[in-house]
Amino acid sequence: MTEQTIHHHTFANGLTLLVEPMQDVQSAAFSLLVAAGSIFDPPGEEGTAALLSDLITRGAGERDSVQLMTDLDNLGLQHSEGAGHNYLNFTGATVAENLPDALRIYADMVQRPHLPEGEFDAARLGLEQSLRAIEDEPRQKIMIELRRRCYAAPWGFPNEGTLAGLKNITAKKVRRHFERCSRPQGTILGVAGKVDFAAMVDLVGQAFGSWKEKSEPEFSTGSRGLACDHINHDSTQTQIGIAYDSVPYCDPDYYAAWAAVGVLSGGMSSRLFTEVREKRGLCYAVYATLHGFKDQGRVLCYAGTTNERAQETLDVTLRELARVADGIEEPELERCKARAKSSLIMQQESSSSRATSITRDWYHLGRVTTLNEVRREIESLTVGRVLDHVHRHPARDFTVLTLGPKPLEVPRDLS
Amino acid sequence: MIFREIRLDNGLQVIGEQSPHVYSVALGFFVRTGARDETDAVSGVSHFLEHMVFKGTDRHSPEDVNRVFDEVGAKYNASTGEETTLFYAAVLPEYIPQTCDLLADILRPALRDEDFNMEKKVILEEIGMYDDQPTFVVFERLMQKHFAGHPLGRSILGSNASITALTAEQMRAYHRDRYLAGNITLAVAGNFEWNDVVELARKHCGDWPSGECPRAMPPAHPPGGLEVITRTTSQQQHLMQMAPAPSAQNPLRYAAELLTVIVGDETGSRIFWELVDPGHVETAELGFNEFDGTGSYLAHISCTPEETSANVRRMQAIYDDINAHGVTEEELTQAKNKVSSRIVLRSERPMGRLASLGHNWIARREYRTVENDLTTLRSLTTADIRRLLDAYPLGAVTQATVGPLTSL
Repeated sequence: MTEQTIHHHTFANGLTLLVEPMQDVQSAAFSLLVAAGSIFDPPGEEGTAALLSDLITRGAGERDSVQLMTDLDNLGLQHSEGAGHNYLNFTGATVAENLPDALRIYADMVQRPHLPEGEFDAARLGLEQSLRAIEDEPRQKIMIELRRRCYAAPWGFPNEGTLAGLKNITAKKVRRHFERCSRPQGTILGVAGKVDFAAMVDLVGQAFGSWKEKSEPEFSTGSRGLACDHINHDSTQTQIGIAYDSVPYCDPDYYAAWAAVGVLSGGMSSRLFTEVREKRGLCYAVYATLHGFKDQGRVLCYAGTTNERAQETLDVTLRELARVADGIEEPELERCKARAKSSLIMQQESSSSRATSITRDWYHLGRVTTLNEVRREIESLTVGRVLDHVHRHPARDFTVLTLGPKPLEVPRDLS
Repeated sequence: MIFREIRLDNGLQVIGEQSPHVYSVALGFFVRTGARDETDAVSGVSHFLEHMVFKGTDRHSPEDVNRVFDEVGAKYNASTGEETTLFYAAVLPEYIPQTCDLLADILRPALRDEDFNMEKKVILEEIGMYDDQPTFVVFERLMQKHFAGHPLGRSILGSNASITALTAEQMRAYHRDRYLAGNITLAVAGNFEWNDVVELARKHCGDWPSGECPRAMPPAHPPGGLEVITRTTSQQQHLMQMAPAPSAQNPLRYAAELLTVIVGDETGSRIFWELVDPGHVETAELGFNEFDGTGSYLAHISCTPEETSANVRRMQAIYDDINAHGVTEEELTQAKNKVSSRIVLRSERPMGRLASLGHNWIARREYRTVENDLTTLRSLTTADIRRLLDAYPLGAVTQATVGPLTSL
């Protein structure tokens, strides 16, 4: 794999620029993280950051709402804006020559948004409907509710807000959130594709360099939901969500944790797919994934199954999660490594995945890992190391949430 | 990029687009069969068979299939639509031989009774899963209503009843009739050697039975109308609308793609400014689907039950205005800029190229470079859009809705 050159530059106001030039693509992509995410939503006003991420697109600098959207369209920018927990997330990709103009528009959006009061109701109505639409998508709903029960607030809170919180938010409160949180310190801008580092430093310096620093906003913490819970829902299938503790991305044990989850759910030869779906035909969708924040991580697991077979699905799934501690076969680990190797190499074909990846690395690690470094980490894994990790962080003390017509029995010794 | 194609003696078509500057390769077997080629007695068999292909052959047990794909680090899957069943894998170039061997082998599946009965449970679970998703329910009902009496009105998944009644013998017969070499295209995109791929195709597919499968392509005559499916447990009202549009063989399809971006793209479109931006809806979009011999505009709205009628009126007002006055030069330019960039971004990865490479070939026996697509796009004028609208006006010919409402 070719060795990448990944540049970084931190400006005097605290904004960090990361640039990964890619030779073989015509595109360029960016990922911009501004530390004004949903953890800063005032208690009882969950949804403030999500509303800000909508209103921030409705005019900025010298452009009104229509002009801003039209200009982004004419630049051919494929983009998204949304609230994450720590950050407002902005991503975009287009042909490389259009990226500088797109970035200038985003510089206006995060520093000089109009946040028009006249459009507040429209933004609120849109968000309210998105939250209601989640109620109609049980597969999405179960995982949002599972996170509320396995992480303490504000980490467990849905970053898209809640219907209850939304009622208490006003246009002025959204503006206050922006004024309090949107700041250059901690902001990370990752750019990847057919770009030149020196030119990007100049451009970003001009566009973001005069952004004034602010003091660090505070956020309040709270508790988590019930470890064993059920939500009544009149549906054909029962949704099952299971969580247990693991490690975050910055942990030295991260790659071992990743492999342990890979044995369970990385590819169709993995254990959950084989045991729950292939051998027993209990469900169509079953998976486990490693999820985390800067200082904590969980394994989140999902299965959806018809109501009559839900109990068996839960029992078999829990048994498979616990069984990893009994041993891992060498070929299981080898398959995880093979999958990782091909995804790492394929990442080099996508400016968007590289932009997202370098930005995420900087946030979690304060540095960027090259693809070769990741590959060496993965190749150095042994069954012994993965099992040591599993023994230190066994699958137990589960959070179990079900959504369907009736609750299931969660074995006492497991939860 | 270099394009090559060859037809093997048994009729299997092999096509390849080489891009030496990418790191991976995508391979896909496009079988020209889907829900529209079924009969009532075997409704859902194409999709069920797609699952059964992964249950192995005499050489590969079900576990072997998944294991070997994972051993080579493949990103692989399959999909079944109205017209095509696709089996694909993206891998690093060094794994082309194993991947080609496995993909080709599983296309002649053992279809063992025991595996069939087990996988039937998974299919019934999949039907259950979609039944809980209102957007899926509304789409399926709309297709059935819009294409009533036409092969495109058939369900891809089938029903609980049709899947329960289906036998392994019926599936074997369907496979025997439809998975003939002349009905299959192997498409390869990315970093590979053409001669190697041809040799692998000869070795692994050369003994497949020859033959082609005619497809009935009757014209569609949508009777139109409205279907309301009441679900009081639903929070939002989900509504879809359909109207006739150009077919996969009609040159007006390029204008149709651009028109739907102008009218109903996710951002910056007429529908965006009239419905999404003011908060009247959660989602509202208009798209275009081309099929063999026919096509359709498809609009989708998700909104509160109370606002639904007003939103239907807002959509109709947009359709009426566009049908009467066409689109502006500014709108056309903006849509071209958006679509050009999308084409370039999508084409950077072999998996992104595979879909259009295979589809162009099976729908039209045609190869188009990215540059061909961009040139066609740039050449379109407001007069082309006018010609399209005269032949295929926008409208809500057929509608279906799922949600709390009992009428609309």
